Amino acid sequence: MSSRIPIVPENTIPLPSLKANNGLLSWVASVDHKQIGIMYLIITLVYFLLGGLEALLIRVQLAHPGNDFLTPETYNQLFTMHGTTMIFFVVMPFLIGVGVYLLPLMIGARDMAFPRLNALSFWLFFFGGILLYYSFFTQSGAPDVGWFAYAPLSEKPFSLNKGPTYWALGLLASGIGSVASGLNNVVTILTMRTPGMTMRRIPLFVWMMLVTSLLLVFVIPIITAAFAMMLLDSLLGATFFTPAHGGSAILWQHFFWGFGHPEVYILILPAFGIISEVIPVFSRKPIYGYEFVAASTVAIGLLSLGVWAHHMFAVGLGNVANAYFSLASMLIAIPTGIKVLNWVATMWGGRINFATPMLFATAFIIEFVIGGLTGVAIASVPIDWVVTDSYFIVAHFHYAIFGGSVFAIFAGVYYWFPKFTGRMLSETLGKWHFWLTVIGFNMTFFIQHFLGVMGMPRRTYTYYDMPYWGSMNLISTIGAMILGLSVIVFVWNILASLRHGKPAGDNPWNAWTLEWATTSPAAVENFELVPPVRGRRPLWDLAYPDMPDEPGAKIV
Amino acid sequence: MTWIPEVASNLASKVDGLLILITLLSLVFFILITVVLVYFAIKYRRKREDEETPYITGNEPLEIIWTVIPSILLIILFVYGYVVFKDMRTPPEDALEVTVEGKQWLWTFDYYNGKKTINELYVQHNRPVRLVMEAPDVLHSFFVPAFRVKQDLVPGRYTQLWFTPTKIGTFDIFCAEYCGTGHSAMLGKVIVLSPEAYEIWEKGVKADEGAGVASLPPAELGEKIYKEKGCNACHSVDGSVLVGPSFKGIFGHAAVMQDGSSVNVDENYIKQSIIEPQAHVVKGFQPVMPSFKGILSDEEVTALVAYIKTLK
Ligand code: HEC
Ligand code: HEM
Ligand SMILES: [Cu+2]
Ligand SMILES: [Cu+2]
Repeated sequence: MSSRIPIVPENTIPLPSLKANNGLLSWVASVDHKQIGIMYLIITLVYFLLGGLEALLIRVQLAHPGNDFLTPETYNQLFTMHGTTMIFFVVMPFLIGVGVYLLPLMIGARDMAFPRLNALSFWLFFFGGILLYYSFFTQSGAPDVGWFAYAPLSEKPFSLNKGPTYWALGLLASGIGSVASGLNNVVTILTMRTPGMTMRRIPLFVWMMLVTSLLLVFVIPIITAAFAMMLLDSLLGATFFTPAHGGSAILWQHFFWGFGHPEVYILILPAFGIISEVIPVFSRKPIYGYEFVAASTVAIGLLSLGVWAHHMFAVGLGNVANAYFSLASMLIAIPTGIKVLNWVATMWGGRINFATPMLFATAFIIEFVIGGLTGVAIASVPIDWVVTDSYFIVAHFHYAIFGGSVFAIFAGVYYWFPKFTGRMLSETLGKWHFWLTVIGFNMTFFIQHFLGVMGMPRRTYTYYDMPYWGSMNLISTIGAMILGLSVIVFVWNILASLRHGKPAGDNPWNAWTLEWATTSPAAVENFELVPPVRGRRPLWDLAYPDMPDEPGAKIV
Repeated sequence: MTWIPEVASNLASKVDGLLILITLLSLVFFILITVVLVYFAIKYRRKREDEETPYITGNEPLEIIWTVIPSILLIILFVYGYVVFKDMRTPPEDALEVTVEGKQWLWTFDYYNGKKTINELYVQHNRPVRLVMEAPDVLHSFFVPAFRVKQDLVPGRYTQLWFTPTKIGTFDIFCAEYCGTGHSAMLGKVIVLSPEAYEIWEKGVKADEGAGVASLPPAELGEKIYKEKGCNACHSVDGSVLVGPSFKGIFGHAAVMQDGSSVNVDENYIKQSIIEPQAHVVKGFQPVMPSFKGILSDEEVTALVAYIKTLK
């Protein structure tokens, strides 16, 4: 199927290791979707630790009013790098990486449609991240203009350092990789399905990856063009975004959020996909309302292209524009709500096994609902005017991205780790990780809603001693320390389980999608024989041949 | 605990009404979902591995119900929000106009009678004010939590904002749009005066000079100006380096300039640094200090010089 580079023999061990027959070379040269997927996961874990460290430094600085633990310059670099890292080098590549590993398995294929393009995507992401982080070692330091680099602050003469240039180049490179991933996923899903795997039977994770991938293909080019213009401004003296010379500062915002809002759905749709796999398996019931969950994903994908200016309500666009963007943003809550209700309904009448993946999935629903409800509030323009650019927004997007995407990612890691490595993660450590995360996360971010309504602006390196601000920020900082602890438990769990974890077997959770039909870790060409697909739960049909999901699909 | 800041403008109570409605509705949905979820989690917990489960794949009428009801609520919320939004966008004809300039990292306010203040906006109780705002450098955002108003300042175009202050007192202004190193220090105050006090202020010679100020000794007056005119956003007095050099111990010593030359810090140098900051740029710093020409009187500059001399 995929032609491999001849001089590098195939590696068959599940994780990169210096002891492998060809050392790391067999991984570096690999075009195998599983090896590439694993490499994505390892690199994103490293970035997660870096981004988390940056967040902790931010929180220490904010622990009490007037603190001078960090200088303003360092602080500004840290929150810029934190946001950029978490979005572009943790959540997004993690979800792409899990997709790359699982998509071919879930649809019964042997690899991605374009294995070499797959490797190219990964390496662009890899070197993009290095380009970004290299800025720390330059004389002028890391970028310090926020993760949305608003012009003209990000341009000459207000940014004379090279940070924003490294930022744009790093993201430009990894962005091109993401477009390639998107294309690769779309073609793989549309053309490589095993016989019987119709579009009405593919796992919901695959549906969500399909919509996400289409979004990648459509919206990353917007920001790629904007990066190119920004680089022209800063390196060649063009003036696209410099009002002093006839450019427009608002134009950058339209480009950025034209990409940026769909981007938040790129971060959450695959997470929805993970949840749509975990909840049914652990409730031992098929998903409730498959068609509605799939169709609402398509609706979200389309709507998400038309709501970007809700990030710009305070800029002073016209009344008609603000009204339209407010209404459209409220409407997007409907397909999102449909999903939540269908997940809850899936649990109804089930026999729920609260192993760690299910714990995270259940907590995901609650945390994400909070992020979604505050989202509806700020879709209302008068409320947005009050809380935008305050800590309320910081709380909102952390409930959506951390309480949403990252909780789902944790659920996914606990769920598929056995498939990726052949070993189970420890349930005891998993429960510790779970409870520390829930407590730490809510302690850190819930209180920020109140800080925001009280008027504390975001991205401030320090604040004056307003009533309650000091104590509320201290609570938030303590919560962050608990989160830090939870991450240590998580990493420890991974490292310990890789060596001593319980052997997993092919299908430890009694799941029913095709990735569980092969060995753990998945065999070299994925399957010896792809099981017949006559419904949405092929392995269930195999296990209970006399009560198949789709009547008339009895296996003879 | 007062987690909603005080209500000090005509718009604040309208926004609060909307905020409270949305919060209540959100609570209802949140509690409903959480209660059902927790109930299912307890009731349907797996006890043995071989328990059987029913085969349920969905229910169309239910899907339609839980699509339509939230849709109706959302449309209502949108319309309510839109009505409040229209109000907040439409200043009354007779509003008093003040021109606001936000620049790295201070606010200046220009009044109809030629008065100019820095970081302090003087307005009259119960009289609508319309702010016409511009930014010469980067984006900023004018934010007064007690009035529930926020508006970005955008280089290259004017933006506007209005409110009627309904409480006498002093209220915080924050810059809400990240604007660089001094962003967190870009603070100000709105001072709402009673009509009588406002009249006195309007006629007064100097913006914020009450009767007492003139009698302050120069160094103390200098310290007051240092804080009120925003020097403290960029200059410390304890030796720590912010956007600009610290004032501590500079007087009487040589300062090294960008071009390598060295200049003795005396009265004239300080005065020139304030009026014509770009004439000498200190080594290691960006040429970002705004000129205070026409903003500070000679007397005030002298007071600042006296203050800086005291910082040994
Ligand atoms: C926006 C930030 C900013 C503000 C506000 C600001 N300055 Fe400066 N100032 C600077 C910077 C940056 C420098 C160094 C570069 C230069 O010399 O222009 C500087 C230099 C100076 C110097 C020369 C110091 C030396 O060590 O040689 C003096 C004196 C000074 N400022 C006084 C003031 C006074 C008085 C105020 C308030 C009325 C003020 N500045 C407000 C940024 C600022
Ligand atoms: C994977 C999880 C996370 C993601 C995706 C994420 C994402 C983001 C983003 C996009 C921003 C905006 C950055 C900016 O304003 O430029 C941000 C800001 C922030 N994050 Fe996170 N974050 C995550 C985890 C955390 C954690 C664990 C903490 C605390 C321990 C944290 C604390 C903060 C703080 C304090 C800010 C505000 C910085 C400021 O505006 O001054 N984040 N985060
Ligand atoms: Cu958005
Ligand atoms: Cu600012």
